[in-house]
Parts: sequence; structure tokens; C-alpha cells
Amino acid sequence: MRVRHLRARLKGWGGVGAMAAACALAVVFALAVTCTGSVASQAGTQPAGHRTTKALTVDAARAADDCEAPEKQTLPPSRADGPAITAIKNRPGEKRKLVVGVDQNSYRWGYRDPNSGEYGRLEGFDIDLVHRIAEDILGDPDAVQFKAIPTDQRIPAIQDGRVDLVVRTMTINCSRLKDVAFSAPYFRTGQQVLAPKSSPVEGYDETLANRRICTAKGSTAYAKLEEDRESGDLPASTDISTTVPNQLDCLVRLQLGEVDAVVNDGALAASQAAQDPTVELKGEAFTTEYYGVAMKKDADDLVRRVNQILVDFRQDTATGWQASYTKWLSATMDDDPSASRPPAPEYLRRS
Amino acid sequence: MTHTPNAGAPPTLPAIPPQPSSPTPPGTSTAAPPPAPASPPAPPARRRTAFAEGVDRLRHAATTEPGRLRIIGAVLAALVVAFGAVTAWQMTDRAAAADAVLTSSQPLTSDAADIYRSLADANTAASSGFLAGGQESAATRDRYERDIATAASKLVNAAANAAPGSPSTATITKLNRLLPEYKGLVERARTYNRQGYPVGGAYLRYANEKMQQEMLPAAQDLYTMENERLRADYADATPYPWPAIALGLAALAALAWVQRRTYLRTNRVLNHGLVAATAASTVVLLWLTAGHALARSHLDDSYDHGVRSLAVLHDARIASLKARGNENLTLVARGAETVKVGDTTFDAYDHDFTRDIDTLAEGLAHARRLADDDTGAQPVTAAMGNMTEWKKRHAAAREQDENGNYQQALDMVIGAKGATGECFDAVDKNLATALEHEEAEFATAAGDGRDALTGLPTGAAVLAVLGATGAVLGIGRRLSEYR
Repeated sequence: MRVRHLRARLKGWGGVGAMAAACALAVVFALAVTCTGSVASQAGTQPAGHRTTKALTVDAARAADDCEAPEKQTLPPSRADGPAITAIKNRPGEKRKLVVGVDQNSYRWGYRDPNSGEYGRLEGFDIDLVHRIAEDILGDPDAVQFKAIPTDQRIPAIQDGRVDLVVRTMTINCSRLKDVAFSAPYFRTGQQVLAPKSSPVEGYDETLANRRICTAKGSTAYAKLEEDRESGDLPASTDISTTVPNQLDCLVRLQLGEVDAVVNDGALAASQAAQDPTVELKGEAFTTEYYGVAMKKDADDLVRRVNQILVDFRQDTATGWQASYTKWLSATMDDDPSASRPPAPEYLRRS
Repeated sequence: MTHTPNAGAPPTLPAIPPQPSSPTPPGTSTAAPPPAPASPPAPPARRRTAFAEGVDRLRHAATTEPGRLRIIGAVLAALVVAFGAVTAWQMTDRAAAADAVLTSSQPLTSDAADIYRSLADANTAASSGFLAGGQESAATRDRYERDIATAASKLVNAAANAAPGSPSTATITKLNRLLPEYKGLVERARTYNRQGYPVGGAYLRYANEKMQQEMLPAAQDLYTMENERLRADYADATPYPWPAIALGLAALAALAWVQRRTYLRTNRVLNHGLVAATAASTVVLLWLTAGHALARSHLDDSYDHGVRSLAVLHDARIASLKARGNENLTLVARGAETVKVGDTTFDAYDHDFTRDIDTLAEGLAHARRLADDDTGAQPVTAAMGNMTEWKKRHAAAREQDENGNYQQALDMVIGAKGATGECFDAVDKNLATALEHEEAEFATAAGDGRDALTGLPTGAAVLAVLGATGAVLGIGRRLSEYR
């Protein structure tokens, strides 16, 4: 009787006890998980975030320190063949072509005209220059294999040897000079703001506060925005988190209302504005930049050769720089090319 | 949490007197019936439960033969009715599941596969259109429009068949939201393309991204969910109805025992009522076993030769679509994306193409093995031939592209004659034929399976009632001899 009584009691309390124990375990487990989770996430994100920003500012500072006038850091022109040019010329049969990284999305710079009839054909200012280089080195303007590369793949493509040169509205700057060699400048431009005509944005100033800006990943525009936001030249509330593989993708985001403005080289911003009459360039260019042809760091003979070609390109009024400008850019940019014409080249690179 | 030990329960409810029907302390009610003489000087012995009184009455009745006969008759009738009821219930469930396999879950699985296919195909058609520039052909355009229309109508069907609030409903909602978004982007791309602006290409890339990263994974989820539902329906339709079979055997055993008992006591061999009950029960049991075995074998057949072949063919068709999409994107991206495998760098899209075409080859070989007749095997064999030709032409096109002859490569991929597009179209068409054939095979087998169960639930119920009546009448006849 007593035993049964005790058992009945235990039976009752057993359930309660088990439930209590389960609750306690669950609470302990949940606490343990959240605690370790939050500790881990703190450990993971906080210092890492700090590290990258710090590294970037240091990088920018050093780049500014140890390099002056990056557009002059190139080798004097020469027609002599060296190992790089010989290697290109010695390619067998069908492969005897210049492999060039270009863009197929930059209107009037390097793009496909869907209505040109020959639907695989690339054309534009950059493409003219590529044909000229191919003609000079290989004797055939069409001995070119074009590779379309995204903005942030330009340097890796050169370093991995996937392309011989990059002619893709590429700005010569100090940090890039550490990884690749540049020719003398062939075009002058500067960063500019592009926004809808109806937008209150007036230029690169405080009207960009609380606005979302789109830039291409790995572009000089993004580096500049990040630097200026750090230093306070750009309002801290400006959202620059939208980056895209190609500058033209920014126009898509702008039209879809996902961003409020685009920051880009003026030359490319103008080509975007030419595709959409409801957007316009806002304010003046706030930097000065030069486009150059990028090559492998040790391809000295190729750099000299391209510089020689550029000398001819600028002087040739019939089919050279001026003709290409008139053909491709005068419609979307200024009729007067003087603002875009690069200064007389200087060749200060010694090694 | 508010569980209290039952020992403390009675004192907390003093207002209600112990009533006969109310649950009494478990000790008395469960312990009382079997050990009858165990009646200790327990105070609640005066107040007895209905159950205990019933047991007493029964025990009292069991002392006389008519009483025993009454009990036997009741138990027999109950057993036979229970057998009929459980059979009807279990077979109704299985028939419903078999019907669901045939008319709902398999068609929905096919629909989900079609949604995925038409979305991927629309995207491929759109990228082909982009490659062709302003000269997008009427055929490509029609194909794209047809794909979008197919996806839209199949989505409506899927939505109508999905349970509200289920994960598939959420997925369908998502796809329904994304489809017009995608279409809007493609239309903008077309407009800009016609004006000759490269921003059209940028819109197409954005549309492609939306398709690859949001829509196709959602369609894949939907397919997986519908497939799970199909499997669950099969699992509901095919297991043996053990409880019904066990009850049937028990009923037959009881009938046999009663008839032997009657024979031993009266020397009469046949009691018409009991014989009728035995016959009815035997028929139900045989019908149940044979009908279910038949249905099961048809359903297994429809799974092995229908569903499995369909799944393999669907996968192969999707692999060929992906391969075609990547073949196009290789030319759209024009070397923009690369992957490193070991020390070699490959074009990312061409690398994916190789992977997809290998999946296609595997799928076709598998489908060939599963095909159980010539009509099913023939289109698969033809598709294998198309695929071999495709690989050959693709290699030639790649070589042109690697040599910098982009225009030639383009012609060899989207051109009119001798292009890889022809091979892809042929593979797709042959796989469609094979799918149609397997779909028909599935419908026949699953339909036979469902039909094998037709009338079984009703028949079992009616026969059980007849059997029970027979048992009662048979016992009643014996009983009347005592009056």
C-alpha cells in the first residue's frame, strides 16, 4: 500500500520533474548557442571590417606617397622587337593574333551595335586603337582576338597572361602601376556624376547626402568615393554599397530606381547619357584622369612599341586620334576635343 | 506543468458525488473485472460502476447456453462488421492515394518540371536573341513567348493544387512575382537592342541573373516538393492493409470455431447463417488481398517504368537546356568569366557546358536502360546521336572562338544550317517524345492500379453487413431452439 502510494506520487512528479529538467536543459542550450554565436560573430566581423578599411586607407596613402604623375610613368617609344612582341608574332597559324581585353558594353568606346548586320562585331574608339596596334605589330588590323572582361578583371587578366593588352577605358593610377605597366595616356577625362534630369543632385557635393550611388566594382570611381567618404569630402550618409561588374549595369540600376546617381569617368558617363535622354551629367568633373593601354609589367618592348603607335595615332589626322574622336565621340561629348586630348607625353619610367 | 499527482485529485472536487459513469479511481475499475473474488473490505464496494455491473451480468449470462449463444452471436457480428469497416476504411485511403498519384501528384510533378524547363528555355531563347542582335528571328521570339505562357499557365495550375500556407504556395507566389519582373527586363533589353544601345545587353544580363539566382532555384524547390508529395502518395497507396487482413483472419477463425462448437453440440454440419457469414468474410478477404496485390503491382510498375523514367528524362532535358544556355553565355560573356581547375584556366561558361553535357550523356544512358520497350527507347537513342553531333559541332565552334574568329563561332552556334542549335533542338524534341511516351505508360499502369481497387470499399462494407446478418441469424436459429 505504502509502496503503491509512493509510486503513484513518483509517477505524478516524475512527469513534472522530467519536464522541468528538459526546460532547464533547453534554456542552458539556447543560452550556450546564442552566447557562443554572438561571441563568434563579434570576433568574426568587427576586427575584419576594421582591418579592411584601415588597409585601404593605408594603401591609398602609400599610393599617393610613392608615385607622382602616374601618367608619366612609362617607357620611351621604340619600334624594336623584344621577347613579348616576338612571342606574339610567333603564334602558329590561326592563333597568330593579338589577344586584347576590351569592353563590349561601353557605348561608342567598345560595344556591339546590334543593328550593324555583322552582329558579332565590336566597334568604338578603343576598338579603333586596338585595330591600329594589331596592324602595326602583325600587319593585319583584324588579327585580333577580343576578350570582353569585367572592370575588376582587367588586372588579373593581364597578370594571368589571358590577354596581351587591355584597351578598355582604363585609368592610369599609382596603385595599378604596381601590378601592370601602362602606355602613355591616350585620353583625358575625369569623374563626374550622372543622375536623372529631375533629380535634386547637383554634382559631386552635399546634394549627394542620403543618396545611393552606383559604381563599377574595381573602378577608380569607387576608390575615390571610398576615400572621400572617409575624409569627409563626401557626406557620410551617402550609400556607396551598390557596385556592379560593368559601368553600364549602373545605368540599369539607375533606370530601375535602385540607385539615385552614378559616378563614373565623364567619358563613360556621357556614353550612358547618350542612351537615355532623361539622365544628364551633373556638375563638372571633380578629378583628372588619363586612359592608357595596360600590359604585363615586364613586357617592356610591347610598352615601348605601343607608345610609338600612340605617337603616330595622335599625329595622324586622317585616320588617327582626331578621326576616331569625330567618328565616335563628338556626338556624345563635346564637339571640341581639346578637353579630352591628352597632354604631350612624358616618359619618366627608368626601369 | 499543471500536472498534479492523481492521489490528490478527489479531495479537490468534493462537490461531485462519485457517479456511475464518471471515471472512478483507476484502482477499482481496472482491477475489478478479472480477479472476481478479490473483493477486499474496500469501502467503495457498495457503489458499483456500470461496467462492473455489466461484467457481472455477462458472467451471470455465461452460465446458461442461451446466454452463451447470445454472447457468441454478438461477438461474431461485431468481428465481421469490424473486418468490413476496417477494410472499407483502409481501402478508401489507398484508393484515394492511388487516385491522387494518377490525377494530382504526378501531373503536378510533371507541371513543376515543365515550369523549370520553360523558364530555362525562355532564358536561353532570350540570350540567343541577344546574340543575334537586332535580327532576332521570329522562331526565337515565338519560342520565348510560348515558354513564358507555359510557365504562367502551369503556375496557375500548381497554385490551384497547393495547400494554402504550404511551402509550395510560398514558392509559387515568389515565382509569380518574379515572372513579370523578368519579362519586363527582357522587354527593355529588346527595346534598347532595337535602338542599337548596348544597355540592352546590360538589361539582359540583369534578367539572366534574376533567372539563374532566384527563379530557377525556386522552380527547382517546387519540383522537389511536388516530387516528395508524389512519393508520399505512393507510400500511402501501396502498403499491405495488415489490420484488415488480421481482422479478416480473426473473423474467419471465430466463425470456424463457432461452427465446430455447433457441430459438436448438435451434430448438425451446416448452419446456413454461419455458412453465409463465412462465405461473405472469405470473399471480402480474398477480394481485399487479390485486389490490393494487383493494385500494388500496377502502382509499382507505374513507379518503376513511369515515374523513374520520367524523372530521369526530365533531368536529362534540363541538363541539355543548361548546356545550351551555357553555350550561348560563353559567346555572350566572351571570355569575361574564367575558372581555375588545377593549373589550367577555363572559360567559366564553357566549363559548365562540359559538365552539363556530361550530365546529359549520363541521363540519356540511364533513360536508355530504363526504357522497357522500343517505342520508349527509340527517341532516347536518337537523342544520344544528336548529342554526339552536338559535342562535335561545339568543339569546332570553340576552336573558332579560341582562334579569335568570333563571328564564325557565333554562326556555328546560332546560325541557321549546321549550327549546334539544330542539335540542341533535336535533343529537346526527342526527349519530349520520350517523355510523352513514358507519361502514357505511367497513366496506363497507375490507372490500372487505381481501377483494381474500384468498388472494394463499398463491396467490403456491404458484404460485411450481410455476413454479420448471417451470423446473427444463424445464432438466432440455434437460440430459438431453447424457447
